[in-house]
Amino acid sequence: MSAAVAPSARPAARTRARTRRRTSPGRVVAWIYLAIVIGVTVFPFYWMLRSAFSNNYAMIADPSSPWPVGFTLGPFERVLGIASPQQSLAEGGSGASVPILHYLLNSIVYATLSTACMVFFSTIAAYAFARLQWRGRELVFSLFLAALMVPGILTLLPNFVLVKELGLLNTFAGMILPTALFSAFNIFFLRQFMLGLSDEVEEAALIDGASRLRVLFRLTIPMTSGPIVTLSILGFIGQWNDYFWPLLVTTDPSVQPLTLGLAVFKQSSPQSQPDWAGLMAATIVAALPMLVLFLAFGKRIVNSIGFSGIK
Amino acid sequence: MTLPNAAPAALPAATAARSRRGRRPVNAAAPSHRGDARLAWVLITPSVIGFLVFAVYPTLRGIYFSFTDYHLLSAPTWIGFDNFVELIHDGTFWASLAVTVYFVVIAVALTLVIAIVTAAVLHRVTRSTVVRGLIILPFLISGVVAATVWSWMLDAQLGIVNSVIHAFGGQGIQFLTARQWAIPSIALIHVWKNMGYTSIILFAGLQTIPPSIYEAGRIDGASETSMFFRLTLPLLRPILALVVVLNVIGAFQVFDIVSVATRPPGGPANATNVLQMYIYKKGFGQFDFGYASTMSLALFAMLIIITFVQMRLLRASESDNA
Repeated sequence: MSAAVAPSARPAARTRARTRRRTSPGRVVAWIYLAIVIGVTVFPFYWMLRSAFSNNYAMIADPSSPWPVGFTLGPFERVLGIASPQQSLAEGGSGASVPILHYLLNSIVYATLSTACMVFFSTIAAYAFARLQWRGRELVFSLFLAALMVPGILTLLPNFVLVKELGLLNTFAGMILPTALFSAFNIFFLRQFMLGLSDEVEEAALIDGASRLRVLFRLTIPMTSGPIVTLSILGFIGQWNDYFWPLLVTTDPSVQPLTLGLAVFKQSSPQSQPDWAGLMAATIVAALPMLVLFLAFGKRIVNSIGFSGIK
Repeated sequence: MTLPNAAPAALPAATAARSRRGRRPVNAAAPSHRGDARLAWVLITPSVIGFLVFAVYPTLRGIYFSFTDYHLLSAPTWIGFDNFVELIHDGTFWASLAVTVYFVVIAVALTLVIAIVTAAVLHRVTRSTVVRGLIILPFLISGVVAATVWSWMLDAQLGIVNSVIHAFGGQGIQFLTARQWAIPSIALIHVWKNMGYTSIILFAGLQTIPPSIYEAGRIDGASETSMFFRLTLPLLRPILALVVVLNVIGAFQVFDIVSVATRPPGGPANATNVLQMYIYKKGFGQFDFGYASTMSLALFAMLIIITFVQMRLLRASESDNA
């Protein structure tokens, strides 16, 4: 069998295998196992929804009903700050409101800016490593790779001190800088792809008098757009869900992202009878952008995660 | 003739890269590469600055801080090994380390076992992206969201999990409020959040195994179970090694879930005071940056050693392929 034959041979083998295995009890067990795994994975998302559309008082009286108890949009109104205090108290809210839309906006700014910078700077650096010839290239690249092996734990406190010294606490710049400029993994990942591109097109463009920069932006980046999108999605998910670093460098709600806002909301809710319905509405607001992203790019996300692991 | 790259359609770039690199020196003097050096340095300048300022410098500085008395407001003063001596005599640190190791063992073992089985089952049964998409869903949400939802579901009085346990005639469990249950509960949330991601990476690894191997196994009369242990696991070893290392490193630095799901964070009574939490409390609760840095350095050293040992044990660089 050769590389050329393999892809065409595989579907045939698969259909054959499928007909043979259809009735096997092992397959039934496998599907039951998968159903359980998927059930456990997805159930908390359903429970979030079910609780977020419930009246908090009614829900506490009937905690195990599979459907929303006393269906209401109240929890979302409380979270978005459009419920009146009386209405909020009547439905079991605390009466206090969280500026969740503001946190949401901060998260969008934080995740977008840092992902855009990180991917852009990685892309141009990857080009230098993959396509240009210069003395020291292998040395610099292996130093960068070493950073990939080192866990980030040691740099957190000193980076906080540095950001503080630069006067960037409670600014987006301070939140973004440590990840925006340098990402060993992204550079490594993109370099691999760029090495795989045929350079005949590039050479032709250069001979036609195009500058290197023009080649980079007009040819190489468009040809690498697949992996660039992949890294952008993964980067965005990572930054959107980041908690520890923003926790260190921000204390001011005007720049804090949603993860911090939600954590404050959770930690400050009363120990007895917290507003679970409101909390679940807040988690939905926090998770929704990711879920929308997932609906739009699901296939790409799934494949890119597997792919990023193999690299 | 059939190199291992006959099947993995997923690795074209890496293979191509290998063959291209061999050719590289030949056109080193090509006219099209005149002026490359200057442009290259311009292009990598942001990354080099980021690397030096936010990776190299803080690493060195972190090591320096751990030999100092530093409370953030005044300059650090050198105190030699005092912090390390304190660390050795700090009962809270050792308790914290024990809690962390307990968590890592439960969380990583469960994640890996479930993820490997799930990946293997997916691989043998379905290629549906929808199924994989559902399994990966928890990866998309933050630890904060996961911890919030699960603290509601694991609530001792009103949580649905206890309702289900009651329905089957069991005793309710104080998941996050009883000392002996706090770490297993945190581990459960962690496993829920990370299992899907891990299994999708393993699934991708499985897809690089040529199906012909399984055909051959079946012709020889091997059962699915024996093929799993004799073929799948050995062939998967390089990627398994990577996944184990990533999971251990991630679990050792658990923070978000503990910080949101336990009350007070790290509680009850320090039952979930994992290392990252203790470092955070020392650094940002008591502003003892010198000592917090010493602990970070200790954790850092442990992670490096563990990673190294794991790579050796799992012989990550070799595969049983070929």
